Amino acid sequence: MIPTIRQPRLVRYGYRAYVALFFLYLALPLVVVSVFAFNNSQFPSLPWEGGTLAWFFGSERPMIGVFHERPILRALGNSAFIAFFVSLMAVALGATNAFLFNRYDFRMKSFFYMLMLLPLVIPGIVLGISILVFSSTAANGIEETIGWDIEALRPGLPLVILGQFSFVTTIVTLVISARLHKFDRSLEEAALNLGASHLTAVRTVTLPFLLPALIGGFVVAFLMSFENFNTTLMLVGSDAPLTIAMFDRMKEGSTPLLNAVSLLLMIGSSALALMMIALQRKE
Amino acid sequence: MTLQDLEIQNLTKTFDAFTAVDNVSFSVPAGSFFSILGPSGCGKTTIMRMVAGFIDPTSGDIRIKGRSVLDVPPNKRPVNMVFQHLALFPMMNIADNIGYGLRRKGIAQDEITRKVGEVLERIGLPGIGQRKVNELSGGQKQRVAIARCMVLEPDVLLLDEPLGALDLKLREHMKIELKSLQAEFDTTFVYITHDQSEALVMSDQIAVMNNGRFEQVGTGQDLYYRPETAFVAGFVGDSNRWRGKVTRAEGGQLQITTEAGLTMTGSDQGRGLSVGAAADIYVRPEAIRVGRSADELSQFENTMRGTVSSILFNGAASRLIVRAENGQEIEATLPQSGEFSGISRGDALHLGWSGEQANAFAASDDFTKVFE
Amino acid sequence: MRAGSKLGFILLFSPLILWLGLLIIIPHIDMFLISIRERVGVGKYDTSLANYLTFFREPLYMLTFARTALMSVLATALTLVIGFPVAFYIAKIAKGRLQSALFLLCLVPFWVSELVRTFGWMILLRETGVFSSLLQWAGLADQPVEMLYNDVSMMVGLVYTSMLFMVVPLITTMESLDDSVIEAGYDLGGNGISVMREIVIPHAMPGIVSGSIVVFMLSLGNYLTPTMLGGKDSLWFTELIYSQFIVRFNWELGAAFGFMLLLLSSIIVWGTLKLSGQTLEKTMG
Repeated sequence: MIPTIRQPRLVRYGYRAYVALFFLYLALPLVVVSVFAFNNSQFPSLPWEGGTLAWFFGSERPMIGVFHERPILRALGNSAFIAFFVSLMAVALGATNAFLFNRYDFRMKSFFYMLMLLPLVIPGIVLGISILVFSSTAANGIEETIGWDIEALRPGLPLVILGQFSFVTTIVTLVISARLHKFDRSLEEAALNLGASHLTAVRTVTLPFLLPALIGGFVVAFLMSFENFNTTLMLVGSDAPLTIAMFDRMKEGSTPLLNAVSLLLMIGSSALALMMIALQRKE
Repeated sequence: MTLQDLEIQNLTKTFDAFTAVDNVSFSVPAGSFFSILGPSGCGKTTIMRMVAGFIDPTSGDIRIKGRSVLDVPPNKRPVNMVFQHLALFPMMNIADNIGYGLRRKGIAQDEITRKVGEVLERIGLPGIGQRKVNELSGGQKQRVAIARCMVLEPDVLLLDEPLGALDLKLREHMKIELKSLQAEFDTTFVYITHDQSEALVMSDQIAVMNNGRFEQVGTGQDLYYRPETAFVAGFVGDSNRWRGKVTRAEGGQLQITTEAGLTMTGSDQGRGLSVGAAADIYVRPEAIRVGRSADELSQFENTMRGTVSSILFNGAASRLIVRAENGQEIEATLPQSGEFSGISRGDALHLGWSGEQANAFAASDDFTKVFE
Repeated sequence: MRAGSKLGFILLFSPLILWLGLLIIIPHIDMFLISIRERVGVGKYDTSLANYLTFFREPLYMLTFARTALMSVLATALTLVIGFPVAFYIAKIAKGRLQSALFLLCLVPFWVSELVRTFGWMILLRETGVFSSLLQWAGLADQPVEMLYNDVSMMVGLVYTSMLFMVVPLITTMESLDDSVIEAGYDLGGNGISVMREIVIPHAMPGIVSGSIVVFMLSLGNYLTPTMLGGKDSLWFTELIYSQFIVRFNWELGAAFGFMLLLLSSIIVWGTLKLSGQTLEKTMG
C-alpha cells in the first residue's frame, strides 16, 4: 500500500519486482525490433551476425537500406501526405466543435455531444467498411445520373484521409475542448471592454490561449493517422501508406529492413510526442 | 500516579538532516482534552502521525494505557484519527462510513446497524445513515468523522486541524461543539492546530510547539498570563514587542530602555536578566490602560503621553495605535465602556501599565519568525 | 440568441453536422441497407434478411463471432488484472520524478505503431525467434520451438496493445484518491485487502469502466494482432469481414457481419455503462 503504511519487506520487494517485470514486458518487443535493425543478416533473428548500418544506408542487393528502398520511401510519403491533411482537417473541425459545445446551448446538445463521441466506440474496421460502402454507393449514383466517374470516391488516398478524419476528429475535439474549458471567459470580456469586436477578441485572446491545444491536437492526430491500420486497410487503393506497405511485406517474410523502418518510426513518433510533452510542461 | 492514556517519551523524528521532532516528552491523562499548538512546519503533524502509526519514530517511545505501541501497525492501534480534510469515504454512505471500522472487527451486521444508529443519535444526526457524504454540510461531516472513530471506542482520539477547512462562523460554533462531544464521549482527545483560539477554548492542557520542541505545556491561563518563553509570549495572544537593554535590575524588577529610547519597568519572572543584557519586552494591548489624564493612571509603574495615530475599529476587539512623545508606536485595546466612543485621530491620551504586565525575555528571533 | 450569435451558431454547427452525417451516420445507414439486400441476378437486388440468416446458420461464422467476443472479454480482464497493480504503483507509491518517468514509459508503446509492436512479438516468439533460440542455447529445447500462431501468443499481443488504454485511466482516477482516505481506512482497522475492496476499487471504478470499454473495443475490432500473432486458426471476426469485402467481394454479407460486430460492441458498451452507472460522456469525455 502507500508508503506511510508499513508492509513486510517481502511484499514490498515482490511488488517492485512485479512492476519491473511489467516494464520489461512493455520494453521487450520494442527493444528487439530496434536491435535487429542492425543485424548483418537477411533475417531479423538470432544468431547475431554482427552489426551493420546497411539496413539504413545500404544501396546494393541483397541489403538495400531504408533510404534507398523506393517503395518504402513512397509509402512513407503517402503516410505523411495523409497524416498532414487528416491533422489539418481534424484540428479545424475539432476547434469549431469545441467552440460549439463550450459556447452555445442548443436543443439536444447532449445528444449531439454523444454523437460526437460515437466514433470512439465504433470498431475501426466497421468505420472503414461503412465509408467504403457509402462512397461507392455515392460514386455509382453519380455515375448513373450524370455520368461522372469520381475517382476520389473509389478506394485510394482521399478515402483513407476521410476515413481517418472521421474518428481522429473526435479525439482532437476532446483535446481542444479540455483546454477551452479552462479558459477564463472574463479575459474575452476584458478584450471586449477594451474595444475589441467579438471576432477580434477570439482571435487575439482566445486562440493564442488555445494554441498549445491546437498544436497538441495536430500532433496527436498526426500520430494516430500515421499509425492507423484498421480503417486504412479497408479504404486503401493502389497507393499504400507505410503501415499497409509494411504489413504486406511482413506477410511475405521479413528482413531487417522492416526493423530499420520501425526504428525510424519509433524515433520519429517519440520525438514528436516528447516535443508535445515539453510544450505542455512549459505551460 | 493518575492513569495516563497517552505517554510520549523522548520522541525524536529526523528526516535526513532535518529534525522534525526533537526529544519531546509529554503525557495526557485519561479523559482530558490535550492540544498541540504551533505554527505550520513545527512538527506537530509528525507527532500525531507517529502516534497514529503512519510514521516510525527515530527514537523514543509511545505508550497508550501504559503499553508501548511502537510495534503495533496503524490498523491495530487503539487510537483513531480525524484527518485534516476528514477523509470520509466518498464511495460509501454515512452508515457505511461509520460502520467501516466495526465491519473490520467482524461484528455482526445487526449489531453494526444498532451501534451506527446509536452514535448518529449521540452526535445529534439521527436518520442520516443513508445519505451520501457530499450531501452533508461542513459541520455535519465533522461530526460524522468523529462518530466514525468514536464508534470504535478508541483509547485516544487524534484530531488533525479538523476545523481548518470551515468558514469562520462555523468554526466558532464547532469549537464549542467539539468540547461538548468530548465530554459526551468522555474520551481522551489529542488535538493539533495552529489556531490559538481553538486550542485556548477547548483544551485542558496545551503544548506550544516550535522547531520540533515543546516550548511550554500548561493550561490556557498559564500560557496567556505566564508565558515561559519569548515564543509563547509572542505566539499566544497579541503583544507589543520592543527590543531594548536592561539598564537596572533590582529584586525581580527591571528597568529597560527600548531601542526607540523609551524607558519602562518590567519583570523577568525570575529568568535572571542582568544589567546590560539585550532584552525583548512584551506588553499585551489589553494590559494597557487608556486614560484622559495622568492622574487616572497613577497606580502604574509605566505611564506616558501620546496621540492617537490610528483607530483599528473592530467592535469589541477594537484597538488604538498611539504614538508616544518619543515616536514609539504602542497598540492598546480600546475600552468599550463608552467614555472613548467619540475618540478620533490626533486626540491626546495617557497610557499606563504595570511592570508585572511587561514581560521581559532575553532577546531572540523567535517572535519575528512567527510572522514570517 | 442574438442575430450575430445565431450566425455563429450556424457556422459552427454545420461542420459538425456534415461530419457526423456524411462520415458516420449515413455510411452506417447505407451499410445497413446493403446488408439487408440479396443479390438475385446481375445488378438485381431484393430486400431480405438472407445475409443475416447465412450468418446464423453457418456454425463457423457463429463460432468465430462468439469466440471473438469471449476472447475480447478475456483480453480485457487480463489487461485489467495485470495493469491495475502497476497503475496503483504509479499513482500512489512512486513519487516525484520516478512517478512521471514510469508514467511516460507506459505511454511509449502507444507512440509506436501497432504494426511495429506486433512485429516485435513475432521476432520474439516465432520458430526462428529470440525465445526459441534462447531455449535451445540454454539446453531446454533440442529443436526450434514455435510459440507463435496460438491463442496464448495472440492474447499476449492483445493485452500488450491495449495496456496503455487501461493503465492511463486507472492512474488518473487513482491519483485523485487522497492518501488520507487510504490512511483512514487503515486507522479504522482495515487491512490491505479490505482497503482495496472497499475504498480503492470503488474509487477507481470510473477508470476501470472506461479502460475496460476502450480495451474491449480495441480487441474486438483488432485485425492485425489476431492475423499476425494468432495465425490462420485465430478465427477473429474482423478477418471474416475483411475476407468478405476484399477477397470474396461479397459486400452484402460483409456488411451484415460489420453490422453484427457493431451491434455486439454497442450492446456490451451500453451494458457495461448501465451496470456501473456511468455515462459515455463521463467515461470518454
